[in-house]
Amino acid sequence: MTENTQAVEKQSAITLASIARIFLGIFGHFIVKRFLFFIFVVWLASTVIFIIPRLSGQDPVKEKLLLEAQRGGAMQTGLDAMAKTYQKKFGLDQPMSTQYFNFMKDLARLDLGVSIAFYPRTVNDIVFESLAWTLGLMGTVTILAFILGTLAGAVLGWPRRPGWVQYVFMPLLTLAAIPQYLLAMILIFVFAFQLGWLPLFGGYSVATVPVFTFEFIVDVLQHAILPAFAILFSVVGFWAIGMRGMMINTQGEDYMIQADAKGLKGSRIFMRYALRNALLPQVTGLALVLGTIVTGQVLVERVFSYPGIGDILFQAIRLSDFFVIRGIVIVIIFGIAGATFLLDILYPLLDPRIKVRSS
Amino acid sequence: MSTEQSIQTYRDGARITDVDALVVDGLSVYYETEGGTVKACDGVTFTLKQGERFALVGESGSGKTTLAMALMRLTRPPGHIAKGSVTLHGRDITSLDDKEMRQARLAEIALVPQGAMNSLNPIMRIGKQIIDGVIDHLKDDEPTPTKDELDEMVHDLLTRVGLRPGVARLWPHELSGGMKQRVAMAIGISLRPKLIIADEPTSALDVVVQRQIMQTLGRLQEGLDASIMLVGHDMGLVAQFADTIGVMYAGKLVEVGPVEEVFSNPKHPYTKLLIGSLPSLQEKREFLGIPGLPPLLVDLPLGCAFADRCPSRFDKCETAIPEKLNIGGRRDVACHLYEDEVQS
Repeated sequence: MTENTQAVEKQSAITLASIARIFLGIFGHFIVKRFLFFIFVVWLASTVIFIIPRLSGQDPVKEKLLLEAQRGGAMQTGLDAMAKTYQKKFGLDQPMSTQYFNFMKDLARLDLGVSIAFYPRTVNDIVFESLAWTLGLMGTVTILAFILGTLAGAVLGWPRRPGWVQYVFMPLLTLAAIPQYLLAMILIFVFAFQLGWLPLFGGYSVATVPVFTFEFIVDVLQHAILPAFAILFSVVGFWAIGMRGMMINTQGEDYMIQADAKGLKGSRIFMRYALRNALLPQVTGLALVLGTIVTGQVLVERVFSYPGIGDILFQAIRLSDFFVIRGIVIVIIFGIAGATFLLDILYPLLDPRIKVRSS
Repeated sequence: MSTEQSIQTYRDGARITDVDALVVDGLSVYYETEGGTVKACDGVTFTLKQGERFALVGESGSGKTTLAMALMRLTRPPGHIAKGSVTLHGRDITSLDDKEMRQARLAEIALVPQGAMNSLNPIMRIGKQIIDGVIDHLKDDEPTPTKDELDEMVHDLLTRVGLRPGVARLWPHELSGGMKQRVAMAIGISLRPKLIIADEPTSALDVVVQRQIMQTLGRLQEGLDASIMLVGHDMGLVAQFADTIGVMYAGKLVEVGPVEEVFSNPKHPYTKLLIGSLPSLQEKREFLGIPGLPPLLVDLPLGCAFADRCPSRFDKCETAIPEKLNIGGRRDVACHLYEDEVQS
């Protein structure tokens, strides 16, 4: 009997140990560890944004009803009763813990709830529609600005550059000092208002139907030119200044002197020794910026009335639509945490000194 | 430990020829700064024979590295070669155009830097860093070597510096200081240069590795029948390795001569104090330093730069800069003390 139990115990201990080993093997793996960290960040941030609006003491339903009431000037009487009904509908009458678990349950299914201000549209619907506009514009512009700015900075930070370079690129860098909304307004005034070459506002013409036709795509592109340039001009300078500084730092490295002493071709030293090393911090910067582009460019989108996520966020805050605000914040969290996760995975490929170590 | 004995252990196949490998004549490197002109290297003249091991010593800031860099025309702004010529095997490299100079580097005059520091590109595999110099020195009509040929070349070079061929696939951060120094040597000899400039190749390495590195360097030099210019401030190392020693002080070469003669009978007061300051294993005594500090290179005294610290100075030292004097054989010294001796 005792022998038997011991044998069973031993067997189960072995199985447990092997399970633990497999478990550790998987979880020790770098990518899995990073992914778990990503989930943890999303959970923590979501919890924080669940708590913070509830600390404000504001009631979004009452806010909305009061706003409507002021607008309409009627329906003053049944306000409290109405508020109760709506609170029940949005689940705001439940105890805090129940609300939290419902929120987490919905979040796990990526369901961000229903908008209060744009009822009965769902937050998912609103956020993802505007996200498409923002990502299309911002994603393209960010990557374009990164490439242009990094190249400009690399050339500017290169001691053997041709002399004319600085007269072309240096004025470009000063544009980084101009606020984007100001640049946006100047561009609108000159190219849309005065010259009339490009549309004044919007993501597409009001008269067109948003379907995928050649005319519609041309129309969208025409609308995107001015906001794109407003952002591009200011961001190119940001990347160029950073890259220029890194290039100058790189010049002082021993391996740069050695590259010259090896009699390498100038082009090889520029590309494989200077630029490649100076690029590393830029890539970190790009990943972080790519994470934040989902926030949109509130000011620029507002100036152009561009239907992006920044414009929606502005409207949601104005109407205290907590569910939309929360939805957008969650998208931002996913964006930043996702970009960091991607960076963690990709960086060892760029820099061999950063090793993926499985414990 | 006698100096002569250790020289012999290092120098079995010494083959110093009578061919001039490098003739440096009045080389001056100045840095233009806001505070004035810094004369980092001023009127340096010496000759290096084919197969010779020349060691350049001096304290930090005396212009050793500035001189080494100028020999490869790697002086960076605001520094520039103000005067003088550098003749490498009959060709004045100060008059080469940039492209010719680039071709001359590594192929004719190679630098072995302080490999233990970060003279290797951190994001390039070792093998690639050895072959990129080779590829960039191909003549226009030369076909690019195949991958197998390049692999074999890397394999051969790594073996010659005492590393296993597998090192080619590693990254610089995966190597120890000594291994990095060996890689730096493999790069340096990849095109069989006739002159190797080794700029403090053993600093930051422990003494055991230092000895191995210097032996390897010596062996490689003899294999290539090349000359070597060793820059350093480790007098013991220099005494064991070099044939000839040049002592620099405040940008000037103050004494040149065969290493045994300079060590046993130093002439310049600075060399005397420098050699006198070396600790000895035979007797326990106080460390001897040289009182005072070297002068600022931007504000050199009117006369001899060492006059302020010199125990044997006299009136002339304050007013006139001493010229290089030949005091017999291959011994040169720049000091007023020996002017009468030479004239008589």
